[in-house]
Amino acid sequence: MTETPETAIKKICRSNKNDRSRMMDIVRAVQEQFGCVSSEAMDLIAGELSITRVEVEGVISFYAFLSSKPKGKVVIRLCNDIIGEMKGSKRVGDAFRQALGVDFGETTDDGITLEYTPCIGMCDQAPAALVNDVVFTYLSSDSAWRIVRALREDMDPQKLVHSFGDGNNEDGLVCSMVHNDIRQAGEVVLSEMPCGAGLDRALAMSPKEVIRDLNTARLRGRGGAGFPTGLKWNFTRQADGEQKYVMCNADEGEPGTFKDRVLLTEKANMVFEGMAIGGYAIGADTGVLYLRGEYAYLRSFLESILAERRSKGLLGTNVCGKEGFNFDIRIQMGAGAYICGEETALISSCEGMRGDPKNRPPFPAVKGYMGCPTTVNNVETFCCVARILEKSPGWFAQFGSRNSPGTKLLSISGDCAKPGVYEVEFGVKLIDILMLCGAEDTASVQVGGPSGQLVGKDDFQRTICYDDLATGGSLMIFNSKRSPLKIASKFMEFFIEESCGYCTPCRVGNVLLKQRLDAIIAGKGQVGDLEYLERLGTSIKTASRCGLGQTSANPVLSTLKNMRPAYEELLSEPENGQLRRFDIRAALGQAESITGRQSVHYKE
Amino acid sequence: MSETINFTIDGVEVTGQAGQSIMQAADDAGIYIPRLCAMEGLSVFGACRVCTVLVNGRPQAACTQPIIEGMTVENDTDEIMAIRRDIIDMLFVEGNHFCMFCEKSGNCELQALAYRFGILAPGFPLQFPDRDVDASHADIFIDRNRCILCGRCVRASQELDGKGVFGFVGRGADKKVAVNAEACLAQTSADVIDKAVEACPVGALLVKRTAYRVPIGQRKYDRRPIGSNIEQTATPE
Repeated sequence: MTETPETAIKKICRSNKNDRSRMMDIVRAVQEQFGCVSSEAMDLIAGELSITRVEVEGVISFYAFLSSKPKGKVVIRLCNDIIGEMKGSKRVGDAFRQALGVDFGETTDDGITLEYTPCIGMCDQAPAALVNDVVFTYLSSDSAWRIVRALREDMDPQKLVHSFGDGNNEDGLVCSMVHNDIRQAGEVVLSEMPCGAGLDRALAMSPKEVIRDLNTARLRGRGGAGFPTGLKWNFTRQADGEQKYVMCNADEGEPGTFKDRVLLTEKANMVFEGMAIGGYAIGADTGVLYLRGEYAYLRSFLESILAERRSKGLLGTNVCGKEGFNFDIRIQMGAGAYICGEETALISSCEGMRGDPKNRPPFPAVKGYMGCPTTVNNVETFCCVARILEKSPGWFAQFGSRNSPGTKLLSISGDCAKPGVYEVEFGVKLIDILMLCGAEDTASVQVGGPSGQLVGKDDFQRTICYDDLATGGSLMIFNSKRSPLKIASKFMEFFIEESCGYCTPCRVGNVLLKQRLDAIIAGKGQVGDLEYLERLGTSIKTASRCGLGQTSANPVLSTLKNMRPAYEELLSEPENGQLRRFDIRAALGQAESITGRQSVHYKE
Repeated sequence: MSETINFTIDGVEVTGQAGQSIMQAADDAGIYIPRLCAMEGLSVFGACRVCTVLVNGRPQAACTQPIIEGMTVENDTDEIMAIRRDIIDMLFVEGNHFCMFCEKSGNCELQALAYRFGILAPGFPLQFPDRDVDASHADIFIDRNRCILCGRCVRASQELDGKGVFGFVGRGADKKVAVNAEACLAQTSADVIDKAVEACPVGALLVKRTAYRVPIGQRKYDRRPIGSNIEQTATPE
């Protein structure tokens, strides 16, 4: 007996207990089964969940991996970030286009959809693409043709994976061609840790003592913002509320970063151990790991590690025999939205809503997931927690610099011989990192991803630490052939694409900023444009509602600060009193097409 | 008895009640902080950012930031005014706002703010987006050309009308107000007496056949600038 779509969708809703907060799981499941969440499906879901249809539509239309229009059985998402472009993603894109006979955004008659997607966390092995959930790396035009040919014989992309990457990428539940590319393992995060050792020691202490250890180690968040972890946990611990939550932000989406991918592949036990320690410290019984949609290929593997930890008594009731300490973790999948890496947007998404950031205050530590006190920490931060508890704060603080103890994982990509993950001690000089990764002829380095800053040669003596070049770990290296302005423009394109659109400055301002920047790049810049960019950028930075908006003008503001001559050489005085960027032909174009004749005064 | 809280706005001592936002306390004290998405009776939203102030030197939205004892708020400074002006300009160029043809002229909060800020022409290039109009409903129409995404209709419909006729779809520059139906407003439970309709600060949501009942020149902001009702509460003549 075949199931009608209606029955199937209702079944999906009911298997999620018709719980509105499980909207992401529901719509992902519907999308997987039917290739889209159609108008009828939205009505059905709204009915089952007792919410309005427009709320469901609001969610579907927010996430890049969800669609209300039918897509092919196979969706090819080619990463078009800047590193991918430098490594030839345009050629790969052309090959896909030719092989499929459709353009980007279109679907072939036999059901293959071709799309672009921003950074998928594979910059070290670019160009890369997702084919459904399967990652394809080191693409070339040849391999694009091969993939399409093979898909036409068998629409299961997993069958095209013939060789596996290193480490757990070979695991039967991962089966991925992704490489870890661990180029330098340090003592803290990328070294061996006996499973359960950190948790055991933590449970022998009081929750307060656990937090004290983090304070002594002076651990700060590894996601980029650098907030002291112990302080955050203490706020959450002290906040009123029976129910509290620990969340792990595995929505690594900053272009150029991929270190969490490696940690989730190789150090999942350490991550989960850190989360359990967090649960004990703040008094939470539930942890949620928010996994970015792009890393769906790691999901079953991570679930298996969770199951293993449950069977060992490292999760569940009376964890490690500690009477009264119950803690378990679930994985929440994202669906393609960079903004969900912002902690309050991540919470919104886990609640089954659009990934809009929330107003602050109240802060998540007081009122987070489902209105309960919540701590949200980065994947790497949880690893550090596990090691600090296993060893000691003193052991941890012997690494790194005085104000920035410990190590940092760097995701290095771009113009260098050895892209990959490097665990370095804080305080390392940029110039030494460039030597380490075999970068030659380096003109600039984007530190901290698009929301960070582009630093030029004069600043290569600066150090990676919280007081100088603070970073979540993304380092993109550019040689002297790359134009800083084009890099900035590419990053602005990313922010425009990924803005949630909630607040005015980020939604509108970034579009305006990119327009003027592109005019300058096109040789239409004129005196006064730099002041315009600075003023607009400052307004966006000052008035935006969340961290994304507040840093979204950085590609322009940091290049204006660090690479000003690159702008100045493109500026000139207006000619004939006309704005240089004013294109009379383009301006007349629409009127001409309506009237069906050319302007009398401005003929071709 | 609620606890009182003392703080300053531009150096002026202000006393508010615990739990109030900066905007609420300022309103009570007769200090006007410009706003678009904030509206009395609706939950706070913090989207337009026109009410941006500096709190102890850090930017915050006055509508969402609770007052704290001893805080220093900067409101009417050149720096803040320049940013607010940029935001108002952004809202003008983002949509298609032709005040001279708009039925809302004189009652429009965006237009009134522009006058208050002395904006004669937008400081950014007009974007001329393609936006649609939904005139399917018998009594109400939506003109998305004029929508500023303040979410007042969305919240009013949910919170005051108990309906949920409106919602946001899309993201970034593609974000827009949609209706709770497959195609158009006529398919929803929207009604001409809904609070959501009158909540619209601009001419994006209007009642049909009422456009010129009050002649232009005699409308709300034709008589007194926006904010003057607040500024007059504290200093009665």
